[in-house]
Amino acid sequence: MRIAISIILFIILGPLVGGLLAGLDRVVSAKMQGRVGPPLLQPFYDVSKLLKKETLIVNKWQNFYVFAFLVLIIFTGCLFFAGEDLLLVVFALTLASIMLVLAGFSTSSPYSHMGAERELIQMMSYEPMVIIMTVGIYMVTKDFYVSKIVTFDKPLVMYLPGVFLGFLYVLTIKFRKSPFDLSMSHHAHQEIVRGITTEFSGKKLAMIEIAHWYENVFLLGFVYLFFGSKPIVGIIAALTAFFLEIFIDNNSARAKWGFTLASSWVVAISLGMVNIAVLYFIG
Amino acid sequence: MAVMLFLILFPLVVAVLTALTSNSRLRNWIVKMSAGIIAAMTLVLTVLVLKFEVNYFKVNVDIVNKIMLCLELVMGGYIVYLGIKRRKYIISLLMAIQAIILCYIEFKQVHSIEIDHNMFIDKFSLIMAILVGIIGSLICLYSVGYMSDYHQKHKEVKDKRRKFFFILYTFLSAMFGILFSNNLMWLYFFWEITTLCSFLLIGYTDTEEARNNANRALAINVLGGFAFAVALAFLAGKAGILELDKVIAGEKVSVLIPAALICFAGLTKSAQMPFSSWLLGAMVAPTPTSALLHSSTMVKAGVYVIIRLAPVLNDTAAGFLVALVGGFTFLTASLIAIAQNDAKKVLAYSTVANLGLIVTCGGIGTYESVWAAVLLIIFHAVAKSLLFLCVGTVEHTLGSRNIEVMHGLIRKMPKLAIMLIIGIAGMFLAPFGMLISKWAALKAIVDTNPILVIFIAFGSAATLFFWTKWMGKIVAIPQNEEHMESHVKKSEAYPMAVLSIATILVCLMFPFISSLMVNPYVIEVFGHGASMDRGNVIIMMIMMGLVLLLPIRLVTYKKQMKEVSIYLGGANADAPKRFYGSMGSVHKIYIENYYMDKYFGEDKLTFIGSLICALFILLMLFMAFIY
Repeated sequence: MRIAISIILFIILGPLVGGLLAGLDRVVSAKMQGRVGPPLLQPFYDVSKLLKKETLIVNKWQNFYVFAFLVLIIFTGCLFFAGEDLLLVVFALTLASIMLVLAGFSTSSPYSHMGAERELIQMMSYEPMVIIMTVGIYMVTKDFYVSKIVTFDKPLVMYLPGVFLGFLYVLTIKFRKSPFDLSMSHHAHQEIVRGITTEFSGKKLAMIEIAHWYENVFLLGFVYLFFGSKPIVGIIAALTAFFLEIFIDNNSARAKWGFTLASSWVVAISLGMVNIAVLYFIG
Repeated sequence: MAVMLFLILFPLVVAVLTALTSNSRLRNWIVKMSAGIIAAMTLVLTVLVLKFEVNYFKVNVDIVNKIMLCLELVMGGYIVYLGIKRRKYIISLLMAIQAIILCYIEFKQVHSIEIDHNMFIDKFSLIMAILVGIIGSLICLYSVGYMSDYHQKHKEVKDKRRKFFFILYTFLSAMFGILFSNNLMWLYFFWEITTLCSFLLIGYTDTEEARNNANRALAINVLGGFAFAVALAFLAGKAGILELDKVIAGEKVSVLIPAALICFAGLTKSAQMPFSSWLLGAMVAPTPTSALLHSSTMVKAGVYVIIRLAPVLNDTAAGFLVALVGGFTFLTASLIAIAQNDAKKVLAYSTVANLGLIVTCGGIGTYESVWAAVLLIIFHAVAKSLLFLCVGTVEHTLGSRNIEVMHGLIRKMPKLAIMLIIGIAGMFLAPFGMLISKWAALKAIVDTNPILVIFIAFGSAATLFFWTKWMGKIVAIPQNEEHMESHVKKSEAYPMAVLSIATILVCLMFPFISSLMVNPYVIEVFGHGASMDRGNVIIMMIMMGLVLLLPIRLVTYKKQMKEVSIYLGGANADAPKRFYGSMGSVHKIYIENYYMDKYFGEDKLTFIGSLICALFILLMLFMAFIY
């Protein structure tokens, strides 16, 4: 019953919270850049406008992949908030992300194609760190279930500082923030047309945006896990992480893919694996 | 018992029959019928074994041993001759020493050793037998159509199809032999047959390249066989054991050295680095050969013995080093696969990588890891054979096996493309089989030695990259492409369709496969079973349902949406996919995947990987000796 409630709450509240976060992002970014900026609810206005627009497509298949992407992202979030196996959540997230990549490929448009390749590079960059994170959490809590992990009596970050920092590093990729917003960016000045979403418009673009809101919510949930024993600290930590990402976003230019890949792998080894090795030898 | 003997002997009979039949119609008919019979008998065997549990058999015919020795010496003589003829004297030398060791064991040592059971079958042999029986016979069926196509396309290659089918069936027979032998001398005998068969199959086209690659395969596998022979001599001399079940149950002190040597043989056969080159060279052979070598037979024989020996390896330095060799191979081969655009080569590297993962699990040797390893074998065999057959057919229809040429395959040959996608998804995506087993492997590794996680974490990331970009090529929708599926022959299409369905079915049946076959074996050996939580299984099933049901959405798009041409910087020319360049010139766009050869170049990474793995292997043998 509790599981059913949290799933329903996530499905309803997910986009609201995600949209508000996106609005907050734009307000804070504007402040950082010394602009007036849009109102907090601007993302909702944008998406509702998109929904009313005519959808232009290159072929029918691309719609299917976007639809599958949205469904699977919601599914992943539901798994997370239902307290299921963390590895399963990671695998489901991968499956969902691949749908977006395939959507980009299926248009066979040079810009979307380039975006899709870059999105794949991004996935290859963050995947090791995410797996290392789940392993680290398992080593401390002896459990893969989110429901058990969250009730662990001490904050995980005490045992996993390296893993936590490494995860923050790849979180920038997942949030599509500069310097790692290779596949699609919110900053017009550094984007190759519109990256992976070049051939998507109207409703389909709105679906991608909504999926992204859902995604951000449970990604912050991951941050929360590290502080699970103290809920308030956890929420503050998640918001701080979000603010930090905005800060980095506004202070850096887009990196090349080679650097993205190499640096995230180096971080995964030097922070993540070393943390795990230490845990293994001490424990 | 009768069924087991039938499975070993019947393919041999068929092999002789096909060799004697000069009429190709009749021969094709024989091949098809016997493939059906073998598959059916495998099912009979399954039912029998599931009913009557483990069985050991005492086939006490002294004459069998003598015949085997004679055949072995004949084969050995042939290989020595080959080595001299092709100026690869090292092969001759190794083979000659092997023959001497063998004779020594047979005439000096064997009398004193009591052999209780020559043959046996348990759940693990059964699983392997099902894979060999069903997948092997599907590949035979496929090759009927493929080979006639092949000889139409390649007029320069001499038509030796009688020989081809002869070897193919001998190979199947030898595989069954390996799986059912408890007497290690017998196992070794069948082992050597597969070595010789693979040599002959790889050299089929008789071109310069084929000959070289066949030589290399022979050299590496003879080296493995040599290690095996030494292991037998050790076992017979020091421990007085020549049976598989006794080795596994034996004292670690006395059996670890031979076990390490047999592992070495297993590493050569399953193409772990630095021995991976022979399997990659096997690509020159016609596709059914590669499919057979890669998916269900040859390489699986290698990991089969390693997993058999897992209880011995468990908790030893040698075992840990075997795991390291596997781990490094998994990582390096996955990274190299990124830089390949030859579809068959990508498949080959992925095979090497996955075998590496299986070897890692075998080397760790806990109940969880063995459970994962057996699952990996099952899922890999099904998906990989499907992929090979698909690529073979694509190559025949499109005239190339370059992945770039598969751009828009989903439009050109939708059915084939969907089968190919199922195969690829089966290799790395949730909720398909390989992912389930990778997950199991990850859990097993975390519970024993989390440091090894590094290989899985990075290797899987690379795997994800090269499979998805291939998939992306297939699903790309080009404008204006012709439909050309009708060229595919039925005898090629059926095996592929069966394997596609099987890829999905083995995932759906996963809980039953685990509880009926894999787990009983694990419990029998380790006294401890592994399984996946019920909740997770249900979620996997839901995911599978989602993946299978989501495509319905494709049919439900009713209203016509406005289709436009792709964005080309606003400079689209009249025809789709053409644009205006400077001075009004018209260009066609061309899209290619990323290969990143600079980072993941084959030569560099192979060198590094081989070096590291060779060091580990030497260290492994050393550690076994000082145990």
